[in-house]
Amino acid sequence: MPDSQPDSSHSDSNLSQNEPKIPLRVEFSGGLELLFSNQRSHRITLPSTVPHGDGTTKPTDITYLIDWLRRNLLKERAELFTDGATVRPGILVLVNDSDWELEGEGDYQLRPGDEIVFISTLHGG
Amino acid sequence: MTPTPKTCALCSKFRAIIKRPKTGQQICKECFFFVFETEVHNTITEAKLFSRGDRVAIGASGGKDSTVLAHVMKALNERYGYGLDLYLLSIDEGITGYRDDSLETVKRNQQQYSMPLKILSYDELYGWTMDAIVSQIGKKNNCTFCGVFRRQALDRGAAMLKVDHIVTGHNADDIAETVLMNIMRGDIARLGRCTLICTEGEDTIKRSKPFKYAYEKEIVMYAYFKRLDYFSTECIYSPDAYRGHARTFLKDLESARPSAIIDIIHSGEAFEVKEEVRKGQKAQQTCRKCGYMSSNDLCKACTLLEGLEKGLAEARIIDVGGRTGSHEMPPEEPREVTKLDPS
Repeated sequence: MPDSQPDSSHSDSNLSQNEPKIPLRVEFSGGLELLFSNQRSHRITLPSTVPHGDGTTKPTDITYLIDWLRRNLLKERAELFTDGATVRPGILVLVNDSDWELEGEGDYQLRPGDEIVFISTLHGG
Repeated sequence: MTPTPKTCALCSKFRAIIKRPKTGQQICKECFFFVFETEVHNTITEAKLFSRGDRVAIGASGGKDSTVLAHVMKALNERYGYGLDLYLLSIDEGITGYRDDSLETVKRNQQQYSMPLKILSYDELYGWTMDAIVSQIGKKNNCTFCGVFRRQALDRGAAMLKVDHIVTGHNADDIAETVLMNIMRGDIARLGRCTLICTEGEDTIKRSKPFKYAYEKEIVMYAYFKRLDYFSTECIYSPDAYRGHARTFLKDLESARPSAIIDIIHSGEAFEVKEEVRKGQKAQQTCRKCGYMSSNDLCKACTLLEGLEKGLAEARIIDVGGRTGSHEMPPEEPREVTKLDPS
């Protein structure tokens, strides 16, 4: 389906000016967009490293992205998007047009310009 | 960690883009299209679903499964020379803001695939739209009405198109879900039927499920990579809660072990029903009001319509074995069928 809506831009307010950032394009489809203001495509910027408990940090990965999306972009019914620290079973994730199961799933480390697509398989046939 | 790109396990040339849930194989886009289509072709030929010259209606809702089915049926018909006349058949339940939108998708599919389209509405068949039904009975049992009405509507539409065969987009996940639901309800008659790839309905119009062994994940990936145009909004009326639980349970099982879906279908196929149990099942007759096949004096659609006409808020239907059927089968599930003349 053609994407008629413009991208929305969001960025993590905690980003300091000097820290490296990761710009990303995130897309929702298969009905998931309904949970995200009915908007399919979003541009966001995340820090390149994120806290990982005990004062340590880790490179920003998809697990962090999923949590960030839930906290910042999701508008309703979080239980239809996440299940624990990952997406709900039945949601497909693609990293630059490749099944995330080939890319390390939640452990995939994000790179600038990556395109992450979330597709629900749970809506009618 | 970011793994290095993997090469396709089939062609050893291109970058793998999908991990197949059925086999765990990692394959590239072109090989994925090819194996997905070829497996459906194998399902069709092994079950001998069609004969040359058959007129076949694709039950089209505008959703992912039927959109991919229309695309694949057209491709296979051309590639392998099945010699089928393909039609799109859509049912308009009369749900404003849901079905009217999805029918627009079907109309675009009609152009894209150049197939004739027939749209048949509940309103013209039964004199009731789902909007009108819900305003009378509320949102509690409306899926029962919709399921019963759609099943019969597809048959009526198929008769109007003079087709020999209706194919529906039911996929492996749907069938595994139905197996689980039938086990949980102890519905032996339906458990036996729900794994059949082909059943025969009214006026010997066959119904089959070419995606019986196709995983939902692969159908959605296929639609994504082919950039197919489909509609994916949840029905605005209450969803079938019982099926929802079965679905969540199945998806959880699939995450732990992807073969679970095929394994459950296999289990459903392998059940053997004892003779005493089979004897308890009702014989088939025809509805005295509309002539449709029925296991009671009145068919389910006519029973429900009578209830509506009387203004009964709680029209309940008697199921095989005497239970009340508040949990209806999925929309396009085959009806109770007894073949009167097996020869």
